[in-house]
Amino acid sequence: MAGAVAGPPSVKVKRKSSHRKGERSRADRHRWYDCLVGIVSPGFQGRPRSSEPALPPGQYLTEDFPVLSAGPTPKVPLDSWEFVITTETGAEYRWSWSELMALPQETPEVDIHCVTRWSKLGTTWQGVSLDTLLDGIDTNAAYVTAHSYGGYTTNLPLDDLRGGRAWVAHTFEGGDLPAEHGGPARLLVPHLYFWKSAKWVRGLRLMTADRPGFWEAAGYHDYGDPWREQRYQGD
Amino acid sequence: MTDMSYLDGNMMDGPLRELFAVDLSGATGRCENCGMVGPMGTMRVYSHAPGLIGRCPSCAQVMLRFVRSPNWARLDLRGLTFLQVPMPLDQPHPGPM
Repeated sequence: MAGAVAGPPSVKVKRKSSHRKGERSRADRHRWYDCLVGIVSPGFQGRPRSSEPALPPGQYLTEDFPVLSAGPTPKVPLDSWEFVITTETGAEYRWSWSELMALPQETPEVDIHCVTRWSKLGTTWQGVSLDTLLDGIDTNAAYVTAHSYGGYTTNLPLDDLRGGRAWVAHTFEGGDLPAEHGGPARLLVPHLYFWKSAKWVRGLRLMTADRPGFWEAAGYHDYGDPWREQRYQGD
Repeated sequence: MTDMSYLDGNMMDGPLRELFAVDLSGATGRCENCGMVGPMGTMRVYSHAPGLIGRCPSCAQVMLRFVRSPNWARLDLRGLTFLQVPMPLDQPHPGPM
């Protein structure tokens, strides 16, 4: 059953907006509980246009980039920024900002889907693939906890960070990633709900056992596939 | 830069009214992390998020997490040592035997 619900590929989808401004601002003026209990029902969702790619179930389209945050925005100076991958044996692999920038860069264009029901299509980023960062790291781990400056955590299967599906992204739409959107750098894992794309990412802990992160421990889904609408535990 | 992306703890009254018989904004709480004791109304609540996150106004650690799904509500209070609510007895002291 799960495999039957396959959406269009989320990478490299390009579209033009045809929405009026009034509709957009109304849809974006939401709070968490509006989305969850269905107070907000964007009017443009009911009549799909044939030229539009389908959105995951229960999502609406936004042209803005809503800022969601569970705490204060950390300010991380680049000269002290680091990214560290820690394996299940305690081995550490570290990159400074300049070392990250010296790695091969990719420019993914992806659709992103927030569990609070907005989706944004065709966003462009620049960053370093997790394939590059994980290359040569000896591990038997199956799970990852991504952890962030400011204390946020989220868990993912390690396989979901491989295969050209995940990046440490530092540039958004051609400019430095703003702090409110996770800069200097955030995880970008667009095939899962966007809470998995940890803002202000500081490192990955590779683990042999799964361990729920911040929202997962609060009742959100362990995996979070938007095309299967895995929002909450039990979905 | 001041972070003004939070609301004060009084905004929790509505969402938590479904759960509690008492008004929590009049309650006092202790932060498990730093030990500060203060009115729950002074918590900093981040609501532009997949849930409500209440943080200590002193140390910014998470004191309260509230997630509402269509089918359930989960309240996680691991960051809170205690909650004290005003609750005067109808008869403050029983009379002598």
